[in-house]
Amino acid sequence: MKVAKDLVAASATPMVLGILTEGESYGYAILRRINELSGGELSWTEGLLYPLLHRLERLGHVESSWQSVTGERKRKYYRITDLGRAELAEQRRQWDTVVGALKEIWHDRAPLTVDPLGGLG
Amino acid sequence: MTERGGQEQLEAQLGQWRQYVLRRRELQPSDADELEDHLRGSVDELVTAGLSPDEAFLVAVKRMGSLDDISREFAREHSERLWKQLVLTGDPGSTVAGARSRRDLWAMLGCAAGAAASVKVPALFGLSFDDDGSFYARNLTLFALPWLAAFLAWRRKARPAVIAILAALFALGAVAANAYSLADDSQSVVVTSIHLPIALWLLVGLAYVADDWRSSRRRMDFIRFTCEWFIYFVLMALGGGVLAAFLFNTFQAIGIVPEEFISHWLLPCGAAAAAVVAGWLVEAKQSVVENIAPVLTRLFTPLFTAALLAFLVAVVWTSHGIDVEREALILFDLLLVVVLGLLLYSLSARDPLAPPGPFDKLQLALVVSALAIDVLVLLEITGRITDDYGSTPNRAAALGENVILLVNLAWSAWLLLTFIRRRVPFAALERWQTGYLPVYAAWAWIVVLVFPPLFSYA
Repeated sequence: MKVAKDLVAASATPMVLGILTEGESYGYAILRRINELSGGELSWTEGLLYPLLHRLERLGHVESSWQSVTGERKRKYYRITDLGRAELAEQRRQWDTVVGALKEIWHDRAPLTVDPLGGLG
Repeated sequence: MTERGGQEQLEAQLGQWRQYVLRRRELQPSDADELEDHLRGSVDELVTAGLSPDEAFLVAVKRMGSLDDISREFAREHSERLWKQLVLTGDPGSTVAGARSRRDLWAMLGCAAGAAASVKVPALFGLSFDDDGSFYARNLTLFALPWLAAFLAWRRKARPAVIAILAALFALGAVAANAYSLADDSQSVVVTSIHLPIALWLLVGLAYVADDWRSSRRRMDFIRFTCEWFIYFVLMALGGGVLAAFLFNTFQAIGIVPEEFISHWLLPCGAAAAAVVAGWLVEAKQSVVENIAPVLTRLFTPLFTAALLAFLVAVVWTSHGIDVEREALILFDLLLVVVLGLLLYSLSARDPLAPPGPFDKLQLALVVSALAIDVLVLLEITGRITDDYGSTPNRAAALGENVILLVNLAWSAWLLLTFIRRRVPFAALERWQTGYLPVYAAWAWIVVLVFPPLFSYA
């Protein structure tokens, strides 16, 4: 099963902001983390991730800085800002509403094997 | 393969991949860094999983997805980038290309400031616009074009020999414009004022093709540069006009009349600086106007062809030779120059590998009708030269131009015809036009240098 594109796009922002609340991170690690959290079900492309990170930066939800790791390689790290935390809280309220409503509708169905929103609680 | 060899090869592949990424205008060096880091992360992981660096690279690139998709997404987020190649403030994260364009910007600003300042230098020696209009008419291009040439020569890293030739010829131009004692109302002043800009512009061309002046492609690039420079210059002139109008009217509204400032500072200095800025714009942002050139030629070639044919039909219909005043003869010369410009412009915008099409036939019609008009004008001029007044600088210059244009147009027509019949490649036409550039230069210099003494400063 693959998650539909629209749903991936809609959940991308809270997903990235959520991961960044765990600590600053960089593109490749964020992608790995998403893969890990979703058990490989969420297929994110670089074309989705990096422009999204740049947009979040433009909106002030994250900050970035180039840091040297292991001597030679420079890497761009992203860090969530207070504005980003507020945005995440707001998105989380919305998602809770949506998820809550869906759970009400589906309360008698078998639970999902993987909960893509597990990371958000 | 040794591990070391594999690592080296991987670095080479990553380098190639990076070049490939950087060719995309949507992606900037900092994005390439970020994506490269991603790719390396992916490769490292695959190598840890047991793949060779070579295999890991292929798999990682494949996983990354097509660059087209990535670029499209980047373009969506950074739509301003497609317009932002002219960044006036450098991106702090940018690398070599960014530093280069910033250096270009500073060189351009320096040259533009120099051009603007040189307009005002004569005033320090008491030569103001009002007192000595003819001095400014003769020297107008001498204020701006050396700076434009300097900027281009700097960009091309021209060899010292080329720079020396340029400097010597510009100095010669300055001597030709000012050393002869010409009366302000003499014909020679007018003739010089027309020909010196042409001679100097071709010097700019020499600066432009400094790295390879023998190459026909480079000369064609210069023709393209000329057309695009002209468009940018006109656009800036329009903008400058709007600015001047606003300045004048807003200041007038509060009781200050800035006429002196506008006519003695803003317009002349602005025009000189704009000549340099236009050159920089073409160099920095070529691709935007490239899209306009084909449109303009497609638009105006049919219109000019129709106008010329209508005129020829009218000449035959009324069986009336061209019998007009001197000013009108100049008008015909100008018309022919415009036709030639249109021809050059469309040649420079044309894909040299495309097969002959209907548009080439239309161009042939344009050239042939221009040729017919040229013959009519030539007949009229020769008729005049044999009259009582004999040859004057004006008539001799016009005669020379018409002969030069006649030769060019005749051979162009022949080449176009054979090209349309698929006997010669388009390159022949290109070579003919680019090879002809020195003829214009030679003639312009002859008129500027030799004519005044030849006609005893008439």
